Amino acid sequence: MLATERAGSRPGAHASQILTEADRLMTICNSCRYCEGLCAVFPAMEMRTSFRDGDLNYLANLCHSCGACYYDCQFSPPHEFDVNVPRVLAAVRADSYRAYAWPRALAPLFDRNGLAVSIIAALSVAVFIAGFVGWHDPKVLFGVHIGEGAFYRLMPHNAMVALFGGVFLFALVALALGLRNFWRDIAAPSASPIDFARAGHDAATLRYLDGGGAGCHNENEKPDDRRRVYHHATFYGFMLCFASTSVATLYHYALGRVAPYPWYDLPVLLGSLGGIGLLVGPAGLLMQKWARDEELRDEPRAGMDVAFLAMLFLTSLTGFALLFLRATPAMGTMLALHLGVVFALFLTMPYGKFVHGLYRYAALLRYARERRVMSEKS
Amino acid sequence: MGFAAKYDVLVVGGGNAALCAAIAARRAGASVLVLEAADKFYRGGNTRHTRNMRCAHDAATDTLSGPYPEEEFWDDLQRVTQGQTDEALARHMIARSKDMLAWMPEQGVRFQPSLGGTLSLGRTNSFFMGGGRAMLNALYRTAEALGVDIRYEAEVTSLDIEDGMFLSATFGTETVRAATLVAAAGGFESNIEWLKQYWGDAADNFLIRGTRNNRGTVLRMLLDSDVAEVGDPTQCHAVAIDARAPKFDGGIITRLDCVIFGIVVNKNAERFYDEGEDIWPKRYAIWGRLVAGQPDQIGYIVFDASVLNMFMPSLYPPIVGATIEELAGKLGLDPARLAQTVTTFNAAVRPGTFDDKILDDCRTEGIAPPKSHWARRIENAPFYAYPVRPGITFTYLGTRVTREARIVMRDGKPSANMYAAGEIMAGNVLGQGYAAGIGMTIGAVFGRIAGGEAARHARN
Repeated sequence: MLATERAGSRPGAHASQILTEADRLMTICNSCRYCEGLCAVFPAMEMRTSFRDGDLNYLANLCHSCGACYYDCQFSPPHEFDVNVPRVLAAVRADSYRAYAWPRALAPLFDRNGLAVSIIAALSVAVFIAGFVGWHDPKVLFGVHIGEGAFYRLMPHNAMVALFGGVFLFALVALALGLRNFWRDIAAPSASPIDFARAGHDAATLRYLDGGGAGCHNENEKPDDRRRVYHHATFYGFMLCFASTSVATLYHYALGRVAPYPWYDLPVLLGSLGGIGLLVGPAGLLMQKWARDEELRDEPRAGMDVAFLAMLFLTSLTGFALLFLRATPAMGTMLALHLGVVFALFLTMPYGKFVHGLYRYAALLRYARERRVMSEKS
Repeated sequence: MGFAAKYDVLVVGGGNAALCAAIAARRAGASVLVLEAADKFYRGGNTRHTRNMRCAHDAATDTLSGPYPEEEFWDDLQRVTQGQTDEALARHMIARSKDMLAWMPEQGVRFQPSLGGTLSLGRTNSFFMGGGRAMLNALYRTAEALGVDIRYEAEVTSLDIEDGMFLSATFGTETVRAATLVAAAGGFESNIEWLKQYWGDAADNFLIRGTRNNRGTVLRMLLDSDVAEVGDPTQCHAVAIDARAPKFDGGIITRLDCVIFGIVVNKNAERFYDEGEDIWPKRYAIWGRLVAGQPDQIGYIVFDASVLNMFMPSLYPPIVGATIEELAGKLGLDPARLAQTVTTFNAAVRPGTFDDKILDDCRTEGIAPPKSHWARRIENAPFYAYPVRPGITFTYLGTRVTREARIVMRDGKPSANMYAAGEIMAGNVLGQGYAAGIGMTIGAVFGRIAGGEAARHARN
């Protein structure tokens, strides 16, 4: 009886071993609570005394993996209690994306996600090149096309809209239904506008990536804010590119102005600015990932992060290649490359790291509501 | 700087007191070497398990909910030590503690806004953001940035002291000379052999809540070099912790605060003390000594299903039985005797209104020992128990010091160049008892004083 049992372990059914481990850690953390000032995870944890799978998935998606609680913890490895919250929650988080994926049949795309995304990307590019060649005389692919509607000589605008509109809509529906599965499982009741605003602010500023004020930890116990800076570049770069596409769509349909646009026009300016963000941000995040303390890494699931960052980087890189080479015979090839990458990015969005943004926001929303309700009570 | 070279200040130890001394000495212009016995992960001794620090202050701050005047701090200290304190030294520490609320953040330490919680320390104590290890990490970063040399796994094995004058220290195969010594190497609670001198074989059953490095090596060497000792060697901070906790370093999370909700029996299945004497955490620290006085130094907190959710679930799950007899079997106790103890207790419980926030009127009559408050029948299955052992936090025997943190020799004269800070001299202030966060106050205040004084002495 007095033999040392696994500290914090207690009977309870969980869907996976990693969820069981997360339960063990939350039980330990709940009897310590030294980290409650660091981020939202610990105050949210303290509102519970036992943890269902949905609770653990909620807490895991609330975690920004800043690493502060790992370096601040007196029980982190090599201590025998083996408390490694950032790594275990990263694993739970990655698994949660698969658990909530819609349709269920496509959930296996999360297994070996890096491989799946790269194959889909390669196939997409190949199909666009083959399509351009098969549709027209192969010479069109290598011809010089300039002026209004140059792109559409390779692929009719309506075909482009149908294809990309279709895949974009599919991604939206799949993302929305996956998010709904998550929202239901974390047992989230309705939120008020102020909760949405607070969660939006926390997400947009990456408030909880600051380790409670000292900054984000990555390589060691000395914090720095590089991951936050690169994440901001990535997120806002993505949003600018999205804005660029939206403006171009407006130009096309509302103003009848047809791409390609001159470099000083709004879609190109927004796209270029966003593109720089999507080169710097993902490259920086990849470098930070490789420099990260091995103890904090969730190695088995790292392929998903790398694949998504690589896709964002390639989207931007091929976009710039198209911009710079669009008046040369390479334009056709570059267009096929860019469209192939973007198509694959859209198609794989619901089955890769992109979903973390949505789940994180949903978790922050849940937390904003919990905190408000609690403060109203007291 | 090579290790053959001579430092202005040698700090032995690596916790809060040591780092405050090293930083203060370095800021005063001294060359400083810190020798820490532990490796980098376990650095910092008991500081890594601490959470807050008690400082006097005259007004509320961002992180403290109200004033805590010096006089009130002094009253609290007097109460917990029951007068076993050096008043002049204690008052000096309390006065100097006021500056620490600003000085610590200047060294990179961050405090968090006070939290309601169960400890009710929001007015008196400042909580470290992320806890004691986070605070230590900040001090180490600052010390390193200032140019303090730090060596890990560098346990000092001998000190060369002549007539109260420190000359050099040896660790491993290296010997380092320094103009001054700051001894900040903690107590001896991890040294079971030493504890046995006072506790006998019972000490074999003690669990040490903090690091295994606090072996008192430096304290022993100082006392053997005619340093005056202070404090009762049998006094230590001891609480009842989960008996399943590891021998060392289980820290804060092995505590159990459910004594008031049940009864506590020994290995003979007999009660031995009034579980309802006073409210947690006031009587939290007495149970370590009580269990240490029982056969085989083991106790069992027994309670029933009706109170299971009235306290925080702890690190290990409670042991459960459908009947008292089944529970006794799992605990290795005599089933009939435990059943008899529970029946006798239940029969003595008088009706009352239960309230765990106050000293309520639920009590027993006609049994010894009584349960004065929160006494309710143990009758709702299933039945639960936590096994408990004495968990030692730190010891009180130490070196006598002056207001300048200078070590006093046995003949009453201050040492020429030796200073002490932290747990190694805590007995000057804390003759017995404990108040939350005061260990950090002693360490930081006397560490800072010792570092500054040592630097000034070395550079004169």
